[in-house]
Amino acid sequence: MTRPVTPAITATNDFVVKFANVNGSGSASANGLFVKAILRMGVPVGARNIFPSNIQGLPTWYEIRVSGHGWLGRRGGVDLMVAMNPQTWDRDVAEIEPGGYLFYDSTKPMPSDRFREDIGVVGIPLTALCNAAYAEPSKRKVLKNIIYLGALTFLLGIERAVVEALLAEEYASKPALIPANIEALQIGFDHARDHLKPLGLKLERADAVGDRIFVDGNTAAGLGAVYGGATVCAWYPITPSTSLAEAFTAYCAKLRHDPDTGEARYAIVQAEDEIASIGMVTGAGWNGARAFTCTSGPGISLMQEFIGLSYFAEIPGVIFDVQRGGPSTGMPTRTQQSDILSAAYASHGDTKHVLLLPEGPNECFEFGALAFDLADRLQTMVFVMLDLDMGMNEWLIEPFAWDEHRSLDRGKVMTAAMLEAGADFGRYKDVDGDGIPWRTLPATHPSKGAYFTRGTSRDPYARYSEEGAVYVDNMERLLRKFETAKALVPPPIVRRAARQTSYGVIYYGSTSPAMDEALAGLEADGVAVNAMRIRGFPFLGEIFEFIAAHELVFVVEQNRDAQLRALLINEGGVDPARLVKVLNYDGSPITARFIRTALADGMGLAQRRSAGEMVK
Amino acid sequence: MTYIAKPQFHHPSLKHNALGFTRRDYEGKVSTLCAGCGHDSISAAIVQACFEIDLEPHRLAKLSGIGCSSKTPDYFLGASHGFNTVHGRMPSVLTGANLANRDLIYLGVSGDGDSASIGLGQFAHAMRRGVNMAYIVENNGVYGLTKGQFSATADKGSKSKKGVVNSDSGIDLVGLALQLGATFVGRSFSGDKDQLVPLIKAALTHKGAAFIDVLSPCIAFNNHKGSTKSFDWVREHNEAVNRLDVLMSRGAVRANYEPGALTEVTQHDGSVLLLRKVAEDYDPTDHAGAISYLQHAHAAGEIVTGLLYVEQEAEDLHDALDTVKRPLNALSDAELVPSASALDAINAALR
Repeated sequence: MTRPVTPAITATNDFVVKFANVNGSGSASANGLFVKAILRMGVPVGARNIFPSNIQGLPTWYEIRVSGHGWLGRRGGVDLMVAMNPQTWDRDVAEIEPGGYLFYDSTKPMPSDRFREDIGVVGIPLTALCNAAYAEPSKRKVLKNIIYLGALTFLLGIERAVVEALLAEEYASKPALIPANIEALQIGFDHARDHLKPLGLKLERADAVGDRIFVDGNTAAGLGAVYGGATVCAWYPITPSTSLAEAFTAYCAKLRHDPDTGEARYAIVQAEDEIASIGMVTGAGWNGARAFTCTSGPGISLMQEFIGLSYFAEIPGVIFDVQRGGPSTGMPTRTQQSDILSAAYASHGDTKHVLLLPEGPNECFEFGALAFDLADRLQTMVFVMLDLDMGMNEWLIEPFAWDEHRSLDRGKVMTAAMLEAGADFGRYKDVDGDGIPWRTLPATHPSKGAYFTRGTSRDPYARYSEEGAVYVDNMERLLRKFETAKALVPPPIVRRAARQTSYGVIYYGSTSPAMDEALAGLEADGVAVNAMRIRGFPFLGEIFEFIAAHELVFVVEQNRDAQLRALLINEGGVDPARLVKVLNYDGSPITARFIRTALADGMGLAQRRSAGEMVK
Repeated sequence: MTYIAKPQFHHPSLKHNALGFTRRDYEGKVSTLCAGCGHDSISAAIVQACFEIDLEPHRLAKLSGIGCSSKTPDYFLGASHGFNTVHGRMPSVLTGANLANRDLIYLGVSGDGDSASIGLGQFAHAMRRGVNMAYIVENNGVYGLTKGQFSATADKGSKSKKGVVNSDSGIDLVGLALQLGATFVGRSFSGDKDQLVPLIKAALTHKGAAFIDVLSPCIAFNNHKGSTKSFDWVREHNEAVNRLDVLMSRGAVRANYEPGALTEVTQHDGSVLLLRKVAEDYDPTDHAGAISYLQHAHAAGEIVTGLLYVEQEAEDLHDALDTVKRPLNALSDAELVPSASALDAINAALR
């Protein structure tokens, strides 16, 4: 170990470890075991996979936030870099905090100028140890990862029995693999114990995990769709949404087969493209099934025409948009919140759509189910806006909960009995004053209630009409319906600072865990800011009241163009000068440090400005 | 376009079918297409076919894309729900509708502009999935609503009304449907009601993807000399390989037919297709033979019509997905929403 110039970081249950690996090298399973072992020790972990659009060979990282306090967002900075990828060595080494640690494979000597003076360097001859123990190339490739896991187990004070138990669980279906893995773990552990000292970064058993679960948002949303009563799923593979359809498929296979016949109470079609996916959702929604698709930005672009049809023809459906870095193919494996505007105003003509903005897997599940009720109630497409960070990374969250007494809200569907009783059926007639008309499903009644659905303008009785006044009436009714939606979307959540303040911050989606930590940090610094997390669109009045109640409101987003801010300005007539952009859009999830610094700087700047004005 | 409902008066002598409906009960609104349009004859044939197979009008859902042909579902089956979707994408909407309720009969109406260009992909995939539907393309080789541009089914060498010669190869949707796995494929001519009505009846009762290409001359833009989709051209080059009768059940009616000259196909619903041979060497149950015959006839400039292919034991998309027999849109909360205790088990597996 070289002698660090700066004091070595010492921390217990509070540090960041980053694994730099080569895609396809089998590291994911070792890194996953590392995380699970820490969780089993009762210490909360936030884990994020940073991966390339590639099957094999390109760099991939796994960043782990260990936090006894329970901060699960990205903190920023790396305390221990496990540098297993020569391709990215320099940037990986550069990323380590002063006083942090570099763990590397020392089989081949590295020139001294490739290290840093201000970090602790921990070398283990992983390749040599591995090659000495295993002759087969396939074993060498996979078990090398377990050897470094063994070394880290010693260096960080992870309970070895926990890791061994996890290995046994991992390979429960292939027990023949267990001894080799245990042995590799031991090789790494023993070498570290015999040649190295434990690091200043330490793990201690705690009781901070409780009964929480570790799950990704796509899985949660797919499960939400099952509980939400979805029966038709039409989708087209696209990163990062694919695993949502796969989760729905897997949960349906377990939960949705007729116990007597074994037949499926659902239909899943992998369509030829996103246009066909949304077309199938449209057809199924028109015909009374709860239907959804899941996609990402490029898919949303392809679906625009159909989304306009469903808006205008008033057909229910759910679109899960797992956002990634755009435009174009952009950064397909990196996260962003950059489809807010293209979803809110999707399609040509005047359109507005209901958006649900989950903060993580719990709300992916809740909103994933709720979206189907809203779609049926409002007879329109409802977007659930995930992103890659929450969609594909496993997050530590409270267990899923479901109210057994809850029933599905199928909305205003006119029955044969109602038609028989003489109900005046006008497909696009606002009888209840809420802008939501009644609909009939095909084959409801032999002679009443049939109508012709079309994307062209029509009167309240669904009769074709190009009359300007008739068209305007209908468009105004659609706006009334959008007003009605305000009472149905999840309201924002406000957290007030300990003392009065003229500063506010608005955020949404996967920014949430980093914001939690940033707000706690600001509070510790004596900086007061009121926070509002927006969970849906259309925006409720209280959002604009919150903005009006503060001199300055920061809007924290993960896109370049401050899309939610633009939506706030457009929908609420807010003075843009009151809304300060705080933007992180480099493809990696936003960090607590970034938010804390941006807000503190922004408030400091504002204070200096107002002080300057007072002097004048 | 205006909205004109037809008067509901029925002449007392109108014939009633087994359900007590008259032909008028299957009609829709007054057509707004050009007088003499082939498409209106197809609408009339659909009305006749539905009347003859004793279909409850509300048990059918009619879907279309965009274009002249796609407007026609408003002009027949006024008691059925209809959906005029977006250009070329009717197949996906129909697929979704079918997934939601497998009990209805689905009629897709499209045109050559709708299905052979922008919609070619969706046409292909609906056929290969075996969506249970009758899919009719009203094929006139021309874009009518935008006034006379060639469509993708226009034959190479065919001349437009303005005298332009089409240099692109024409797409043969019948050949494509056969290649793609449609289990019922027919072609007919809007001017031959006797051939068309039984084909539609058979397609509506067929289980699986049934496709009918109906040549339907556009009297406004594609009925001139030099066009290969004009009334005169189609009449002159029409070569029917068989004549079809559809019997809704096996019965004494069969005695009316001379034995030997018939091919008999029993469909899943018990209806029987009786095919009288016209072309001696044509067997509509021979998939490879049908493809070969059509290729040779096409090379000779003939338009082969009739029931070109039928698979007796066809399966549909619901069979492939093994969905429950009841419509998915009729399943109750209890059948769809898992219990809270199931969620406990899921939570436990995620720790």
